[in-house]
Amino acid sequence: MPIDILMPALSPTMEEGTLSKWLKNEGDSVTAGDVIAEIETDKATMEVEAVDEGKIGKIVVPAGTENVKVNAVIAVLLEEGESASDIGSAKKAEPAPAPAEKEAPAEEPAKAASVPAEPKAPVVNAAASDPAIPEGTEMVATTVREALRDAMAEEMRANEDVFVMGEEVAEYQGAYKITQGLLQEFGARRVVDTPITEHGFAGVGVGAAMAGLRPIVEFMTFNFAMQAIDHLINSAAKTLYMSGGQMGAPIVFRGPNGAASRVGAQHSQCYAAWYSHIPGLQVIMPYSAADAKGLLKAAIRDPNPIIFLENEILYGQTFDVPKLDDFVLPIGKARIHKQGKDVTIVSFGIGMNYSVKAVEELSGMGIDVELIDLRTIRPMDLPAIIESVKKTGRLVTVEEGYPQSSVGTEIATRVQQQAFDYLDAPIITIAGKDVPMPYAANLEKLALPNVAEIVEAVKAVTYRL
Amino acid sequence: MAARKTATAASRKKPAEKSGLNGGITDFDKAAEIKAYSDMLLIRRFEEKAGQLYGMGFIGGFCHLYIGQEAVVTGMQMALKDGDQVITGYRDHGHMLACGMEARGVMAELTGRRDGYSRGKGGSMHMFSKEKNFYGGHGIVGGQVSLGTGLGFANKYRGNDNVALAYFGDGAANQGQVYESFNMAALWKLPVIYIIENNRYAMGTSTARSSAQSNFSLRGNSFGIPGHQVDGMDVRAVHAAAVEAVAHSRSGKGPIILEMLTYRYRGHSMSDPAKYRSKDEVQKMRSEHDPIEQVKARILELKHASEDDLKAIDKKVRDVVADAADFAQNNPEPDASELYTDILL
Repeated sequence: MPIDILMPALSPTMEEGTLSKWLKNEGDSVTAGDVIAEIETDKATMEVEAVDEGKIGKIVVPAGTENVKVNAVIAVLLEEGESASDIGSAKKAEPAPAPAEKEAPAEEPAKAASVPAEPKAPVVNAAASDPAIPEGTEMVATTVREALRDAMAEEMRANEDVFVMGEEVAEYQGAYKITQGLLQEFGARRVVDTPITEHGFAGVGVGAAMAGLRPIVEFMTFNFAMQAIDHLINSAAKTLYMSGGQMGAPIVFRGPNGAASRVGAQHSQCYAAWYSHIPGLQVIMPYSAADAKGLLKAAIRDPNPIIFLENEILYGQTFDVPKLDDFVLPIGKARIHKQGKDVTIVSFGIGMNYSVKAVEELSGMGIDVELIDLRTIRPMDLPAIIESVKKTGRLVTVEEGYPQSSVGTEIATRVQQQAFDYLDAPIITIAGKDVPMPYAANLEKLALPNVAEIVEAVKAVTYRL
Repeated sequence: MAARKTATAASRKKPAEKSGLNGGITDFDKAAEIKAYSDMLLIRRFEEKAGQLYGMGFIGGFCHLYIGQEAVVTGMQMALKDGDQVITGYRDHGHMLACGMEARGVMAELTGRRDGYSRGKGGSMHMFSKEKNFYGGHGIVGGQVSLGTGLGFANKYRGNDNVALAYFGDGAANQGQVYESFNMAALWKLPVIYIIENNRYAMGTSTARSSAQSNFSLRGNSFGIPGHQVDGMDVRAVHAAAVEAVAHSRSGKGPIILEMLTYRYRGHSMSDPAKYRSKDEVQKMRSEHDPIEQVKARILELKHASEDDLKAIDKKVRDVVADAADFAQNNPEPDASELYTDILL
């Protein structure tokens, strides 16, 4: 049967083109791969190759024709033993239907084109809450640093596939001593010192995770993860989706994030908002030692890629941690740090340091704050925030990151969408100032959020100014 | 093993200098010749069909064809054993077929349909098969080199004797993470075979215009990684090099680099007019070095099979491809509910 040669689409966006030149005439024999014509698209002049063997039976669209639609028949190819008289029977090579349209009943185009509703709440952790701590459980004063180390050690004891890699994690005992003692207990096979090569070892970690291991990749600070961010996003976060659920990357990227002290612009930046933008990632940013431990253990067990943002200033702070064999906390669940009725403050990580102090001051002024520690930035526990706002009618968010497109602005948007009628005052979002971090001590202090700002904001939303 | 210092230009003019690692070719027996012929032909016909379906609008976005380079994956794959892993970049259809992935599933992914390997959510550049140890299909140039090094890391961590094959092109070979990976792989003696498919052009930029050292087999020198140039148009040369490279890495000696001197007949992607090279250059490669024609000529000369036998193979291959194309055109698109699945486990 004669074969129709169709006007090909030669780019993702091409709809029509000019058939500028025929390189074969009627009657010429062609084999697959022969260039038969030239087509001018919006971008370039392209060659059209024959995909079958045969003889050009008829040129349907003459050279020089403009605006030839993609999939129009431009010539007919005769196979062995056929003649021009067979042309009428040319096999209709059907062009691609626009499948969405084809399947949709014509009278309901709007419905067919509509995007399915996003699942209301993340399926994971839907019913999760902090485990009850049995009465009489001993509470042990623990630094965040020790809590993180304990979490890794416990999970490494429990699962042979868990290993930690990064710069100075082994012999040096951790640049911030988070991996102290791990080399001694687990050996160099499972506590792996890497060269200074973030892009490379982040990729190695993701590859190992795709092969089924459970890597914990430590970045000396998250500032250096900028060199590796392609693997965090393009390789770790997207693979499960791109593979149709076949394989993902069970990996934890962890390390200190945000401003430390007097280390200047390149070493002082909060990445909470950056990573929280990405579907496929879960972003955790603990404040207390107990949360650091319980959430890091959960992160290591989780089958998805996790960004675990720590803070150098918090490393040395001491909190009570329950002495339990296996203390694991749910990812995606906020914690009410203090109940209150007048105003809601939502913060996380180092932001809690400022917020806790502000709450004390405000308490002295007779303002009863409900302080929520978000703990996980993505998936975000919006229901906990909404519930609180319904009670207080006022909301202030506190974080160290830059103000534009911040975690706070995301919270504000969603609260006004979902709880507008409950708000008694505009939401105030407190963030770091919109400047690269300065070095000078006084300027650095000005660039960060401070307790006075939070107090002022709370007074403003409660109309106490 | 020291890398052989062969200037690329010179070796290009004489690809007759066919090398395994030791400069020789092990002849294929009849079964191997026939297998190589049909495996390469499947890739060739599959890619031609993909190009056709792209032209008809069934395949969207970017589509990078492997036509001309078939001997590379075919020869490499013949040297592997169960559990060995493969990872590559975006010109990946040939690798998937060579790994034993079904033509139907690959083609249906190209058309974005529900029974494609990624349920229609990956597309030409992003496809995976856990079952066949194929780890993608990666769209960011060079990303697969670090990831593939991680696959090798996992083998070493588990103490098995599997090797990971990380394929990349002459273009990706100029990415920084390639050298970060080389360093770690050599430092930790990871079982990774780096296969540089040098098809002479990184998109439209020739190696001469992009690479200070265009003998890519030397690129591991400062890490002590042995490297070899191989005639990537001769499946026997590829296979001979593969057997030695696999033995090297499997035995715990660490990574090794194979630079495959190869050529893509088509443009970089479907929308590339390929004005950066002459028609004569393409025609010369096609007529003098075509990997499939080489095997075919040997088969006929040595009377491993008759013209009719080969026609029967051609027919079988065409049937598989036609079936895959039919399937891929008629398979439904993914259900709208798939939009929100497979984001988190």
